This record gives sequence, C-alpha cells and structure tokens, in this order.
Amino acid sequence: MISDIIEMFQNDFMIRALIGGVLVSLCASLLGVSLVLKRYSMIGDGLSHVGFGALAVASAFGSAAPLQVAVPVVIIAAFFLLRLSGNSKVKGDAAIALISTGALAIGITAASVSGLNTDINSYLFGSIIAMDKTDVIFCSVLSAFILVMYVFFYNKIFAVTFDENFAKATGTKAGMYNMVIALLTALTIVVGMKMMGSMLISSLVIFPAVISMRICSRFKTVIITSAAVSVICFLTGLILSYFYSAPTGASIVIVNMIVLLIASFVGTFVKKRR
Amino acid sequence: MGELISCRNLAFSYEDVDVIKDLSFTISEGDYLCIVGENGSGKSTLTKGLLGLKVPDKGKIIFSDELKRKDIGYLPQQTPAQKDFPASVFEVVLSGRLNSRGLRPFYSKNDKKIALENINRLGIEDLMRRSYRDLSGGQQQRVLLARALCAGRKLLFLDEPVTGLDPIVTEEMYRIIDELNKKENITIVMVSHDITSAVKYATHILHLNFEKSFFGTTKDYKASPLGQYFFGEGKEESDK
Repeated sequence: MISDIIEMFQNDFMIRALIGGVLVSLCASLLGVSLVLKRYSMIGDGLSHVGFGALAVASAFGSAAPLQVAVPVVIIAAFFLLRLSGNSKVKGDAAIALISTGALAIGITAASVSGLNTDINSYLFGSIIAMDKTDVIFCSVLSAFILVMYVFFYNKIFAVTFDENFAKATGTKAGMYNMVIALLTALTIVVGMKMMGSMLISSLVIFPAVISMRICSRFKTVIITSAAVSVICFLTGLILSYFYSAPTGASIVIVNMIVLLIASFVGTFVKKRR
Repeated sequence: MGELISCRNLAFSYEDVDVIKDLSFTISEGDYLCIVGENGSGKSTLTKGLLGLKVPDKGKIIFSDELKRKDIGYLPQQTPAQKDFPASVFEVVLSGRLNSRGLRPFYSKNDKKIALENINRLGIEDLMRRSYRDLSGGQQQRVLLARALCAGRKLLFLDEPVTGLDPIVTEEMYRIIDELNKKENITIVMVSHDITSAVKYATHILHLNFEKSFFGTTKDYKASPLGQYFFGEGKEESDK
C-alpha cells in the first residue's frame, strides 16, 4: 500500500496536484470558518460560478492565461456580492443566484460558440492533470499571500465575524476587514478552481468549517481543526481517486461528507455527556 | 460635568418614513441616560446614529474633544448567529481590545491583562475557558459587558441589556450597571423597554414619542405629562 503511494507520487502531475491541493485546502478551510459563521457560505458558491464564466470567456478569446484573467473578475464580483448582502433591497441569496446562473450561462455560451467543448468538463468539475507548472507556481504564490494575510488579520477577522456592529461602533474599520475577507475568498476560489472545478470548489470552503464547528468550541481550535481536516480529506481523496480512477474533486467532497457524518455523531455524543 | 455628546435638531428616517424629528439632547460625564419609547418610536435608529452606524438626515451629533469612538463600550443586542458561535469567553472578551490595536496584528500582554481584569470585575472567571455558545443568556450578557468594558471606559452604550433574561438575572444586571456608573464614573446610555427600572436607576430620561419627545432629569420626567401617563397609569404597559 505504502509503496503504491510512493509510486503514485513519482508522477510529476501528482506532485503538482499535491502542492497545489494542500495549499488551496489550507486557504479555503481558514476562510470557510468566517464565511460559514457570517452566513456567507453561498457567496463562495456564487464566486466559483463567476470564476467559471471568466475562465470560459477568457479561453474563448484565446487568452494564454485564463486563470490570471479570472482573478480581477472574481474579486470585483466578491466586493459586489458583499455589498448586496448588506443591502436589503435585493435579498442577498437571490442576488447570488442571479449572478451565479448568469455567469454560468455566459461561460457555457462562450465556450460552445468558440468550440471549446472538451475543456468545459474540466472547468466545471476540475482536473488535476490540467494543472501545469505555471499553474502550480501561480497557485503557490497566491496561497502563500492568502495565508500570510490571514494570519496578519486573524484578530480582525475574528472580530468582524463575531460582531460586525460592535467592531464598527467601537472604532474598528469593519467594512475594510470585510473587504479583506472578500478579497481572500475570491483569490482562494480562483486558485482552487482548476483542480476542484467551479462546481465543487465551494465544498472545500464549507465542509471543513462545518465539520470542525461540530467538535470544537474555541475559535482558534476551530480554525486549526478546520485546516487539519481539510488537508487530511484532500490527501485521502487524492489517493483514493488515483487508485480507483475516480474524479479527484468529487472524491475529496465524498471524503468530506463521510468525515462530516462521523463528526456530527461524535459532536452529539460529546454534548450529551456534558 | 463636561458634556460628552451633544445632539442638535436630529432627524432620522427609516425606509422613507420620518421616525425622529427635531430632537435635541446632551449626554454629560457621569450621566445615566435611559432611552425609552414604544416600538417604532426610533430607539434603534437613534442608537445606530449615536454609534455612527447611520448618518442623521438632519442635525448634528457632536462628540466632545475628550470622547473618541475608541472610548465607547457597546453592548449590542445579540444576533441569532452569535448564539451558537464557537469561541471561548476569553476570546470574545479580548476582542473588545481590537480598537486600540490599529494595524498591529496581535494582542499585547497589556491587552490580555485588561481582558482578565474585566473578566474578574464581572465575576466570570470560572467561565473563561468555556465556549460562549454553551452559556446561559445572562452569562452571555456578562461576557459581552466585559468585552464592552475592554473597548471603552468613558461611555457605555447598552442596547436593551436585559431582554430575554429572567427577573433575578435582570436585577443582577441592573445592579452591575449601576455600580459601573456610580463607583467607576462610567457614563451610561441605555436603550430600554423597562420604564420602571429606567426611572429607578437613571439620572436622565429620553422618552421618544414622535413629535412630543421628552428629555430631562428623571425627577422632571416623573412630573411631566408623558411620565405621568406611562409611569402613573400605564403601568401594565411598562412591565413589558
């Protein structure tokens, strides 16, 4: 078994998937805790659809670096969605549905009109083979940036997640730190999209956070557990998908689902004992 | 006693309906001001205005030079999302120190010391390592009050601090707030439904009542027609 795993990582593309995947898993799981607690889970989902649209349109126009084109588009969408969520005139969830289906439609149309049908599947559901060397470098740099920013803003992120109005009223620039969260989320989505696919990337954001909240009761332990769960689930999913030739993104999601079931069970058991 | 906040001819509207018109009042150092009024009279709108979360349509809210936003402690109403928030009591209280950190990323030893002092002051040492979501409503309010004290020591803004608490815990909460006001000279501004207790503890009352609002000392309020109406005959209403 272990020798099989060692053999598996002798493939270059597996090494690339490993590096990219671990970094993306870390970023997504950290930000996920804030997004889930702020009831913003669907923003991650909406952004991934916008990312798909941007990728597809960029490829249709023959862009050599569609991922880099997607970055500014998704960041703008993130700021926009955050604004809408704070505004009661258009309900946040409706706005997200409008934007994500709209972006999906534009992306699919652009891709099929320009004859890119083969790529659509990998954009939607991800593919580790699609990650080339420049993608891995791009992902690693962005992930490192996200992780450093997260640690630097950790206490601020906690404060605006727990109580935005209190932070604002006592003189903290809550709006700015919300923007930081939106920016980092947008970057994470773009970074993870190629591997996980735009349909499944938001699972990487939401599952580890929900799992760790079931079993942990302090914010710091929730964050650390979320990161650990995310990386472990990614590795398990990656290895399983290799041996059973299953799609990687989907395998990772299924592993997460199983862990969530176990965590829910353990969580209720622990609560009952208290 | 120095004036801390002076409000002149304020007007607020909420969803295009004027809720507050031409309202003037002042808050001075050491005051214990209760803002009362029926639902829809603009209590929460005014609160948002004083906290800088909403800009008045007309008029001015003037902070004195001695009062910075960082000197204000705030006890907000709880949101549903907070009730099951996975954070320890210490983490929540410490987050009150954020406004003095500026861009510096981590809390100092002094911040942690101040957080501990406020935890001791409110008698919640034994809850410190517990999770916020496992506490009772009264315990959660104490935690949030300790956080408010970490944020600012000059003026405490309390938004319906006893809503949902049982009578014993309610009395306890009022006693703590009264002590902070009398012993530590912290100015209190409290939004409340509970007129009976407001009159019992506050030095000043602001009764929002559309065009005929009252602002003055508690003594004058009791003698005023509005006070007579609510405090004299309308007792059942004030018990809500």
